[in-house]
Amino acid sequence: MSALQAHLPALQVIVPMLTAPLVILVKERRLCWAATLLASFCSLAIAISLCIDVLNGDSIRYLMGSWPAPWGIELRVDTFSALLLLIVNGSSSLALIGATASLDRDIESSRQPLFYAAWLLALAGLNGILVTADAFNIFVFMEISALASYVLISAGPNRRALPAVFKYLIMGTIGATFYLIGVGLIYLMTGTLNIADMALRIQDVADQKAILVAAGFITIGLALKAAVFPMHIWLPNAYTYAPNMVTVFLAACATKVSLYILLRIDFFVFQPNLSGHDFQFSYFLLPMSLLAILIASTVAMFEPNLKRLLAWSSVAQIGYITLGASLVSVAGLTASLLHMFNHALAKGALFLVIACLGISLSHLRIDNIAGIAKQMPWTMAAFVLAGLSLIGVPGTAGFISKWYLITATLEAGSWGPALVAIIIISSLMAVVYIWRIVEIAYFQPADEQAVVSEAPFFLLLSTWIAVALNFYFGLSAALPVELADSAARLLMGQMR
Amino acid sequence: MTILASLAIPLAGALAIMLAARISDNLRETMTLITSVALAWNVWSLLPAIMAGDRPEIILFEVIPGIEIGFAIEPLGMLFAALASALWIVNSVYSIGYMRGNNEKKQTRFYVFFAFSLAATIGIAFAANLFTLFLFYEALTLLTYPLVSHKGDEKTLRSARVYLGVLLTTSIGLLLPAIIWTYLVAGNGDFTPGGILAGHVEGPALGLLLGLFVFGIGKAAVMPVHRWLPAAMVAPTPVSALLHAVAVVKAGVFTVTKVIVYIFGIEHLFSTPSSGWLLYVAAFTIIAASLVALRQTNIKRLLAYSTVAQLSYVIMAAAILKPLAEIGASIHMVAHAFGKITLFFAAGAIYTASKKTEIGQLAGIGRRMPWTMTAFTIGALSMIGVPPTGGFVSKWFILAGAFQADNYVAIFTIITSTVLNAAYFLPIVFIAWFGRETEGAGPDHGEAPLPIIIALTTTAALTILFFLFNGPVIALEAQIFGGPSS
Repeated sequence: MSALQAHLPALQVIVPMLTAPLVILVKERRLCWAATLLASFCSLAIAISLCIDVLNGDSIRYLMGSWPAPWGIELRVDTFSALLLLIVNGSSSLALIGATASLDRDIESSRQPLFYAAWLLALAGLNGILVTADAFNIFVFMEISALASYVLISAGPNRRALPAVFKYLIMGTIGATFYLIGVGLIYLMTGTLNIADMALRIQDVADQKAILVAAGFITIGLALKAAVFPMHIWLPNAYTYAPNMVTVFLAACATKVSLYILLRIDFFVFQPNLSGHDFQFSYFLLPMSLLAILIASTVAMFEPNLKRLLAWSSVAQIGYITLGASLVSVAGLTASLLHMFNHALAKGALFLVIACLGISLSHLRIDNIAGIAKQMPWTMAAFVLAGLSLIGVPGTAGFISKWYLITATLEAGSWGPALVAIIIISSLMAVVYIWRIVEIAYFQPADEQAVVSEAPFFLLLSTWIAVALNFYFGLSAALPVELADSAARLLMGQMR
Repeated sequence: MTILASLAIPLAGALAIMLAARISDNLRETMTLITSVALAWNVWSLLPAIMAGDRPEIILFEVIPGIEIGFAIEPLGMLFAALASALWIVNSVYSIGYMRGNNEKKQTRFYVFFAFSLAATIGIAFAANLFTLFLFYEALTLLTYPLVSHKGDEKTLRSARVYLGVLLTTSIGLLLPAIIWTYLVAGNGDFTPGGILAGHVEGPALGLLLGLFVFGIGKAAVMPVHRWLPAAMVAPTPVSALLHAVAVVKAGVFTVTKVIVYIFGIEHLFSTPSSGWLLYVAAFTIIAASLVALRQTNIKRLLAYSTVAQLSYVIMAAAILKPLAEIGASIHMVAHAFGKITLFFAAGAIYTASKKTEIGQLAGIGRRMPWTMTAFTIGALSMIGVPPTGGFVSKWFILAGAFQADNYVAIFTIITSTVLNAAYFLPIVFIAWFGRETEGAGPDHGEAPLPIIIALTTTAALTILFFLFNGPVIALEAQIFGGPSS
């Protein structure tokens, strides 16, 4: 057991990656599902175990093939990566529990093994990004996860999934290329790809234009992949036309992992070494975050398509995450990382509700769900509760991150109150777009002809687990807070 | 343990009501009654210990470092909880008569959310810190939404939207920043005798923080955040009676008073001139709401505006910042509760028996519904503050506090509003008893169903009894400042 324990960082990637080809060989769709679920849960168990190991603030280093860094490839897990590992593997597992009914509806059975393989590759790629300590490795895993997720999204039942995914592919490739250009420039200047080593060697060349250009390319490239406003245009349609379960998985984690890379490279390599970088970083992200919060929330208030409405809300919520980061303080980063976790919970639960609705409804426009609470009481109750978490009502996970975010902005100096006002205004906008759906689902007369029944058990189960987690982490938030706080200190600690 | 039981009983009751409804309606109503009696028994059993000076307290768990979910009982919260739980029994009796008499639909949902709302109310009353209080405060807003929107038609939904909109906007927009500000400067939000802000927030900032609290607590309905209360009148009358005359609105003024006494500290506020505006805003609300009430033609809307004015009595009394006035504030919560619930009960009784909702239709109704109109008259007299009703007692204390502080604005306001109260209540009482019923104006009807009569007679009797036997309440509330001995 202890022998295995030492290899956990590598297994985090290897388990899903090796299950992917197995799944294709199996071919029977239920077995495929079971294998995928098992791999995902194994991966989650590894993530939890790693999380426990790093909670005291240590980081785990793992040398691939025992080649010492910086020559060999190093894996490194700290609280920051552990937090994201929990989000990624948790949302994958949760989505998979109830996935069969929804996927049977969206994807023909002969293609399902391939679909599950792509799912596992996406998971492996995301995990790889999170455990590696090597900037080029990140690029490789980023491409693995991105290519797999293009496949996942294009599996959507609507043909409009194809143009949506094409847009995503173009944008994603530009983003990844920018990142690669940036990393290449740094490699030229420092001769290393290991992030920790990079941070040391860059000191000698920090005043060079090439480094500044590299920082620009990396920041823009990753902001594009993370859908930071105004580089979000690929996101709403990609989320809308993807199969419902894919939306659950990707909405909860794909953009957050890109933000993870952005923060990790920026705070480990650039912030401590480039003079004035904190200022540039802050003034680049802050206005875009505020615009994201206000504009995307406004669009969400008027959007008739339920999935796109929630996708726009995600753009706004990414704004919260970058807002916290743009404060460049421990409190701000804590709020930002905490919101990654809490938003994944809330949005994951909401997209699971969408998946429940999608079982019996072919169109997910807001007027299609008139009076549906009568036929689907459990589904809509879950929607109300998850919606409360998105709004940030006390007792829910969403409230905890709002509390930290407001505290951080109040501490941020003279700008503070204005930022608080914007956070509050957008919370109220969230009330509007959530309650619009609640009113229609509960009080409008139902369409008599439509035959609608409650969602299948396993889908409801995973939905309600997600809802319960929203409340659990709203009332007992010690774990995510501790992880986020420790990760924030780690990031800020590099600055000296 | 008893504290937690007070929260658990209504929650378990809600579950029991839900299950019982599958068997029979009678069983469901029995469950409601059993739950309400059990809750009141449990809450009242805490009373002797509190009277003796005990301050039980329980910390459940830590949400995030430094922020706990905890409960602690002090005289103010004890009074509020005792009041709400006792009136819930009466109100449940009334609800049965009303909901059946009017063939309301979705009665199970009604009783279930009523029980949930009571749990949230108890949570507010016993909260040991601002965080816990906020948790239950928001829960109460959301849990009463299904009760307000009960009817479900377009007009009701629009009003319910106003209700939710105003309450959530104020609480998220103003109260939450105020609470976070408090935690940030004082390090905690525990309700502590003498307050926790002295030395942390001074000067104009204190006035600003007070503003965030007072207007953030939208349930206190201080103008201009009172709009939700008339809107909430679309709810069935038992909801208006217990929630929008007692539980919800009292939760608002209770929270304001509690924040003033236990977070700001009255001495700290008194010595800071920037907090003086509160008295004027409350006084303005009293007068303005009374003037608006004068022009109302719908009985429930008139009562709603009267409530807005009466709530600001409590706020104004608290803002006088003298011990006697603070006691007056807490007593007024009780006195107004008895009087106003009686008035709402009467309005609902009239609606049930005759479907009349407008004041103009009430001519001569006293002869058809003598019990109801007698109760209405007693409630109206209590609103005006005439002896021998409860309203007189609290006005006495508030006036005494105002004289103690030489606060002529408060004295003037009380006198003016007494005149205005009389001006809008007495004409109703007069036409109901002495007016001549228009021929063929409505169906022939008698009194409302028996449960309704029992309920409104009880509360009317309480209104008078409170004038005679208010000693224990005053003794309890005097403990806020002097401890058990004085």
